[in-house]
Amino acid sequence: MGHAAVLIVLLPLVGFLAILFNGKGISERATGVVGTAAVGLSFVATVTTFVLYLRHEGQVTVNLFTWLNVDTLHVPVALLIDPLALTMCLFVTGISTLIHLYSTAYMAGEKDFRKFFLYLNLFVFSMLLLVLANNLVLTFVGWEGVGVCSYWLVSYYFTKESAASAGKKAFIYNRVGDLGLLSAMFLLFTHLHTLTYVGVFQGASTLSPTMATLIVLSLLVAAAGKSAQIPLFNWLPDAMEGPTPVSALIHAATMVTAGVFLLVRMSPVLTLSADGRHVIAIIGGLTAFVAATIATAQKDIKKVLAFSTVSQIGYMVLAVGIGDYTAAIFLMVAHAFFKALLFLGSGSVIHSLHGEQDMRKMGGLAKFLPLTFPTFLLGWLTISGVPPFAGFWAKGAILSSAYSANKLLYALALLTAVLTAYYMTRLFVLTFRGEQRFAASMTDAPHESPWAMTLPLVVLAVLSVFGGVLDLPWMHAHTMATFVSGSIVSVTPLAAQSAGLQITLAVVDACAALLGLAAAFTLWRGRSERPGLELSFFEHVWRWDDAYDAVIGRPLTTVATVAGSVVEDQVIDGAVMGLAQTVTRSSVGLRKIQTGFVRHYALAMFFGLALIVVYLVARVG
Amino acid sequence: MNVPAAWYLVLAAALFGIGAFGFLTRRSAIIMFMCVELMLNAVNLTFVTFSRTLSDVGGQISVFFVMVVAAAEVTVGLGIVVAVFRRRASTSVDELTEMKG
Repeated sequence: MGHAAVLIVLLPLVGFLAILFNGKGISERATGVVGTAAVGLSFVATVTTFVLYLRHEGQVTVNLFTWLNVDTLHVPVALLIDPLALTMCLFVTGISTLIHLYSTAYMAGEKDFRKFFLYLNLFVFSMLLLVLANNLVLTFVGWEGVGVCSYWLVSYYFTKESAASAGKKAFIYNRVGDLGLLSAMFLLFTHLHTLTYVGVFQGASTLSPTMATLIVLSLLVAAAGKSAQIPLFNWLPDAMEGPTPVSALIHAATMVTAGVFLLVRMSPVLTLSADGRHVIAIIGGLTAFVAATIATAQKDIKKVLAFSTVSQIGYMVLAVGIGDYTAAIFLMVAHAFFKALLFLGSGSVIHSLHGEQDMRKMGGLAKFLPLTFPTFLLGWLTISGVPPFAGFWAKGAILSSAYSANKLLYALALLTAVLTAYYMTRLFVLTFRGEQRFAASMTDAPHESPWAMTLPLVVLAVLSVFGGVLDLPWMHAHTMATFVSGSIVSVTPLAAQSAGLQITLAVVDACAALLGLAAAFTLWRGRSERPGLELSFFEHVWRWDDAYDAVIGRPLTTVATVAGSVVEDQVIDGAVMGLAQTVTRSSVGLRKIQTGFVRHYALAMFFGLALIVVYLVARVG
Repeated sequence: MNVPAAWYLVLAAALFGIGAFGFLTRRSAIIMFMCVELMLNAVNLTFVTFSRTLSDVGGQISVFFVMVVAAAEVTVGLGIVVAVFRRRASTSVDELTEMKG
């Protein structure tokens, strides 16, 4: 099993190196095949590991080599194979394979085709390292790896000003999050003298409550940065400047869930701090709601999906906060299916319209896209939470836990569910229904995408529809929850709900979804714009960027300007120039001593010697 | 006949004084050289004197060093003087002020 596990991580790295060192000579086709095969084989290795693991119990550590060994700090390069890591690996490699395949067609003819696959393979490697690492330091390596790949891929079209600054924005927001992860690591190491997960979990109970809260809040900052939660969420919509497969893979299905993964991974520490978990739940609930409101007013198809991603991750964070870790993972997996599907579907739409992303210029695409349309339809129904698709079960699990934990958060989450159904229906109607509004800008009719793009859509649609069976509530086993809970130290379990309550809650969820659906259908049928419903406040992300600009951006610019004109010009330059001038002036004075007459020098020597002699005589005598 | 050491020292001091005075007052480079030699030999004389009175041969060895260095110095110095004389037809050091600050 160990060998298979090593292969999971190694294969994408091999793919990355193969593309890196194969020069620019190889064809696009060969690059695509190598990149896709590397990740595909990694998926096969994951499945093998999974099957072999089913016969094991608990956690298996695969030690590779020692990386750092300084005093009490021992950092091995080792993999931790447990249910959580395997679940993550399965959907990461699986969806990566599909998206690699999709990219071979979507990116065909791009100038930097080879570079795209290079980054994509490196990303998958980093993500798997993050997930499989057995200690926080190695996780941090993967954490930074996915961050930098995200930066490269967001600013993939770096000649575009907006793409270049979106990349920078993503990078800087993530740095703030990294600070959280680093301080969590520092705090843990100071108190427990180990950074391996097993060691931290064993020693966690010795942490004082205050320290545990501090660590949990640091972890929350890390998760907020990576997973785009309040207050660090507004980099994700800008990250849509990257190519659509990147949005689907990195900014929807995998990387942005790393923050949630980290929180779930650290569940033994989270258990110790009820206050910390409250904050997590509130942040998650608020993010879910705020992002959903913003999504209702966006005009760019990818922006809607981006805010929808933020909102869905908000649900996951909420689930972590109220202690239902397995529900968070369940939604993470289901979300990976349907959000990848939606993004790839939107990519197919954009592809068919030659790069048009504005929903006002779409409409009536259903009959032109015979495969994209039905798959997108299924993705839409899934994310809206219509039974019996995966989204309904995953969101339902979180909503019913929220009901037991906190009625206020439940109300917020339910409202978000209505909004989710509403904005997704709006997107669907604007894109596929109504009249065709693209004619003016198009020379030929929209065309369906090649098979390499539609095949992943079909696979993901099937997964979205049937993904719910992973964890059906009435099945005695609670299949996935039971499996994943092997790597989780749970808080006191939430109060058990009677069957009647469960069914009532499920019906309420379904009604919420249908309410949103119906509202959007009534309001948006035959319309492309409704200024009254697209509040400028929502469209401009609750003025969040403006607030940051006013509070951080502009004051810092002022400080920089002052530093540039006053500190630099007067203090630093003043000191340097002043010193130089002092030397120059004193030299001008001292030059006069050099008369050029040997006699003067000799006289000076004579008096000097005389002084020395007088001194010596005085001292001796 | 045994001359007291003090006399040698007085003679050496007188020679050194004459040399120093000459060095400071004369302008001809040749004469200044001669004055330098005078001062060096005055010092040599004190070395030898103390070597005798203290029965320490180190003083006399120092004298050899001084003589060798003086010979070398004169060689180089006179070479420079000859070169300067060829260009200016004068050995007055007061005219050589190009290097002043």
